[in-house]
Amino acid sequence: MSAGTPVLSVRDMSKSFGAIHAVQGVSFDVMPGEILGLIGPNGSGKSTLFNCILGQLTPNSGRVEVNGQSVSGRRACDLNRLGVGRTFQQLSVFPQMSVLDNIILAGQEHRGTMLGRLFGAPDAGLTADADQMIRFFRLDHLRDTMAGALSYGQQKLVDAAMAFMAGPSLVLLDEPAGGVNLTMLANLKERLVAYNREHGTSFVVIEHNMEFVMSLCTRIIVLAEGRIIAEGAPDEIRSNQTVIDAYLGG
Amino acid sequence: MRRPGKPVLLGLGLVALALAPVGQTDYILYILSSWLVFAIAAVGLNLTLGYAGQISLAQASFMGIGAYTVALLTLAGVPWLVAMPAGVLLCFLVGLALGFPALRVQGHFLAFVTLAFNTLFFLVARNEDWLTGGPYGLSGMPRPDFWLFNTDPNLPFYYFTLIVFVISSALMWGIVRSPWGRAFKALRENPIRAESLGLDTRRITLLAFAIGSAYAGLAGAMFSPLVQYIEPGSFSFVQSLRVLLMVVVGGSGFFFGPVLGAAVVILLPEFLRFTEGYYLMIYATMVILLMVFCPSGLIGLGQRLRDRFRPGRELRGDMKQGAQL
Repeated sequence: MSAGTPVLSVRDMSKSFGAIHAVQGVSFDVMPGEILGLIGPNGSGKSTLFNCILGQLTPNSGRVEVNGQSVSGRRACDLNRLGVGRTFQQLSVFPQMSVLDNIILAGQEHRGTMLGRLFGAPDAGLTADADQMIRFFRLDHLRDTMAGALSYGQQKLVDAAMAFMAGPSLVLLDEPAGGVNLTMLANLKERLVAYNREHGTSFVVIEHNMEFVMSLCTRIIVLAEGRIIAEGAPDEIRSNQTVIDAYLGG
Repeated sequence: MRRPGKPVLLGLGLVALALAPVGQTDYILYILSSWLVFAIAAVGLNLTLGYAGQISLAQASFMGIGAYTVALLTLAGVPWLVAMPAGVLLCFLVGLALGFPALRVQGHFLAFVTLAFNTLFFLVARNEDWLTGGPYGLSGMPRPDFWLFNTDPNLPFYYFTLIVFVISSALMWGIVRSPWGRAFKALRENPIRAESLGLDTRRITLLAFAIGSAYAGLAGAMFSPLVQYIEPGSFSFVQSLRVLLMVVVGGSGFFFGPVLGAAVVILLPEFLRFTEGYYLMIYATMVILLMVFCPSGLIGLGQRLRDRFRPGRELRGDMKQGAQL
């Protein structure tokens, strides 16, 4: 992969559900270290686009490349092994495992062979790395707590930590700010920015919280009715009349 | 946090199992051996159902495959030590095949698929009498003879069963403590999230069925020399329900749950025999009450009591929904 190769390249992606065209000919690139925001009103096709990129929906047409390698039709687990992490809109921790076990699980499939993991150490040699990730997301005091016993915001942080555990080159964050209180949100944003600076990981962020997305992202794509209607820096998007008409409502 | 009481309890349990048959009649020895044999099958189903969350109503059919394989081979003069791995391997492979429907259907649909498989096995065992002896079954299977350790008398056979039970349980402990165990739990709790973290949920689903079935095959391989007479009715759907009951009563997803559950299903009716004609009614009532007031089983009951003193471990009810995706 050369320095100019996009981490993620989406070309002519379309997905229909019967007569409803959820995504229509969407194309965009995400460059290394970039934080791209994907915004749009409800029903604009953001989550469908995410699921098509991540192999959880089969698109009607289109092509996806990760680090120059075609991944169209690949399963979500294969994409993760190629360096793509994700979080979900709804809570998606493993409630009956401790925070530590949640984080270790997020990294263990990247260690050795499947048979090797059966005969290897119970923690797959990941406790030190997991502790580092727990410290990074300031979850030290919750390390051995069952994830299901945490508050909503704390579970969102665990969810994010899991997405980063395998050292991905790209992370897709689906509404990371949804339902998170202001204090926790500031903490989450600060940690995401710090991770991006330290590791050069690219993010694609779907978000309805405009303040959060405008302050976090370096570039923003606006979707409406399954099509890209605007693309640019946060300040450009704020003043774009098409976006104001279609999304911000004037 | 490591609790020093656990190894001590485990040691005491093993001593109790070693001393249990001393001075007992042949019938009690048979019941105790039967408990351990069914406990092996239940430990296997606990992996499939309790840890990996895949319902199976076919555990008795895999016991049957293991039992018939060992019976046919040992009657043909093949040593048990060779026949047993053959039966276990066959169950592993058939279990792997039965896992494929689980990649497409879940819940009660999967339950019916496995139920149909159990019925299919029962019909084959009953109708193909050239192989299985049909409704008359097979009899006269020899018990294993390990040179200085002949298991033909009931007491040595009990200790032989105990050794097999301890080894198979230790292997299962190794599996559930390994990263595989974490992967099985992730499959149960949130398969979509697990897949997004690089876990090949198809492969782990198939393995959950295959390993659980192999344990039932091992139980069948022990059942055959224990009773020395097998017929299709021993592996019917009702027997699968009994193994399921063992897992659920003991505590699905808890390591020692199925062992305790097997004790309730096999041993409790014997303890209640003093009530004469009422013992099965009392037994059924006790099971109903347990399920109504403690659906997480006996081990779950213990955990609930512990959670009262350590509330940090309790799962927040309001967070359960969000975790399901």
